[in-house]
Amino acid sequence: MKREYGDSVSWQRENSLHDPIICINNLVFHRDGNVVLDDVSMEIRRGSIVAIMGPSGVGKTTILRLITGQLQPADGSIEVNGELVSAMSHRDLYKFRKGVGVLLQNGALFTDLTVFENVATPLREHTKLSEQDITDRVMEKLDSVGLSGTQELMPHSLSGGMARRVALARAVIMNPEIVLFDEPMTGLDPIAMSTIGRLIRETNDQLGLTSVIVTHNVAQMKKLVDHCYILASAKLIAEGSPQLLTKSSDPSVDQFMNGRVEGPISFKYQQNQGGGAAQSS
Amino acid sequence: MGHCGFFLFRMLAGIRPGPALLMSVLQQTYLVGARSLVIIMICGFFVGMVLALQAINALQQFGASEQVSLLVGKSLFRELGPVLTALLFAGRAGTSVAAEIGLMKATSQIDAMQLMAIDPVQRIALPRFLAGFLSLPLLTAMFNAFAILGAVVFAIGVWGMDAGIFWSKLQTGILFGKDFMGGFWKSVVFGGLVSLIAVYFGYYAKPTGEGVGTATTRTVVLSSVMVLIFDFFMTSFLV
Repeated sequence: MKREYGDSVSWQRENSLHDPIICINNLVFHRDGNVVLDDVSMEIRRGSIVAIMGPSGVGKTTILRLITGQLQPADGSIEVNGELVSAMSHRDLYKFRKGVGVLLQNGALFTDLTVFENVATPLREHTKLSEQDITDRVMEKLDSVGLSGTQELMPHSLSGGMARRVALARAVIMNPEIVLFDEPMTGLDPIAMSTIGRLIRETNDQLGLTSVIVTHNVAQMKKLVDHCYILASAKLIAEGSPQLLTKSSDPSVDQFMNGRVEGPISFKYQQNQGGGAAQSS
Repeated sequence: MGHCGFFLFRMLAGIRPGPALLMSVLQQTYLVGARSLVIIMICGFFVGMVLALQAINALQQFGASEQVSLLVGKSLFRELGPVLTALLFAGRAGTSVAAEIGLMKATSQIDAMQLMAIDPVQRIALPRFLAGFLSLPLLTAMFNAFAILGAVVFAIGVWGMDAGIFWSKLQTGILFGKDFMGGFWKSVVFGGLVSLIAVYFGYYAKPTGEGVGTATTRTVVLSSVMVLIFDFFMTSFLV
């Protein structure tokens, strides 16, 4: 069953039959003596769009960095396609990353390159395609994100939404299996948010990707994702479809999903185990 | 120091010669080298003028003012050319390279490269290092040429020295091996030194505005100090 951006979640039931592509098992991560993630487990299924949500500073981006092998867990494991990420050598890690697209928070476009060269960079580095093939593929991807005609522009002349779409084109240019999105909608206007959301859904389904989105934008995630994980105070406090989580009676989940000020998730600094201060929200 | 040495090893060990690297080095040579030309030429010209002025004042007391071109030439080729060019290069190009790489880090561009399985040391640091290494000897040659021109303008044009004496003393007094090549080797070493310090501090800058500022300051301070220290030791070996 084809799912459109904004559809509710019947598609997820079908998807749940798919095998897991990312398995996070009892993950523990410390930073400067603070517990950032404590016994976090997730199972992300192939072909799905999954959101990792939670208050700012809770360790959502840290999970993405652990999945890509930029950080090493203190305990627990992350397996992608059955391979243990923490056990990969430097060379294996680089090989593995060729199959993973990442869209960073601000797009992270290379400021000294044009839009075309930004999208073409992974192809130039990792393939021996001819100049004509590179041009065809880049133009096709730019067209798919609605930005054909912008290839000669420099990143500084793009709006926030356009930069994010160029970054999306760059993230999928190598036809990866997995795409990781770090706050893809932060700082965008509502129309740009919906455009990015629709593009994520279309790209995911057309290319058969698995998308993991780190965000705290509850309203957009309700329209976009198949499955949500919610983190608070270093722990995984809930998981399920966005619709299910919205109706949750758990006070922490209810506070986060409905944006309540009062609740168990503290707005103040908290002293975590290990002695250092950490911001819990 | 050890970490910086390891960084240099990491850059050089991973070199993949090819058209992509060549294009990148040429582009960076334009940015760090060609764009430093104007400041180098202006400073060189006035350094030559002031050297000629001081030399004439000093030599006149001994009745040896016709030796001015020799004194200017020796000071320039052996010491002032390579040292002053390196100091100017550190201030103009070194800081710009450190700030550019630091800003790339602060805006997650280095992160993005690593996540695309592209080694940022090879893609970002190496072309800038090689460009600086190539540019400084060429800039030193330009500095020396404009300094001699400045000396010519002052000694011949303003003071009225005989042009034949000026040029003949310069030609016969400057030795290719000791004076010219001595200065050349210094500029090669200073080029590597300043470029390495700039890319190293830029690459390891904290990804914040303050971090980028600190990286540029450290680049210019450490480059200047190291150039002067290396100058002493190289002079003692080369003389």
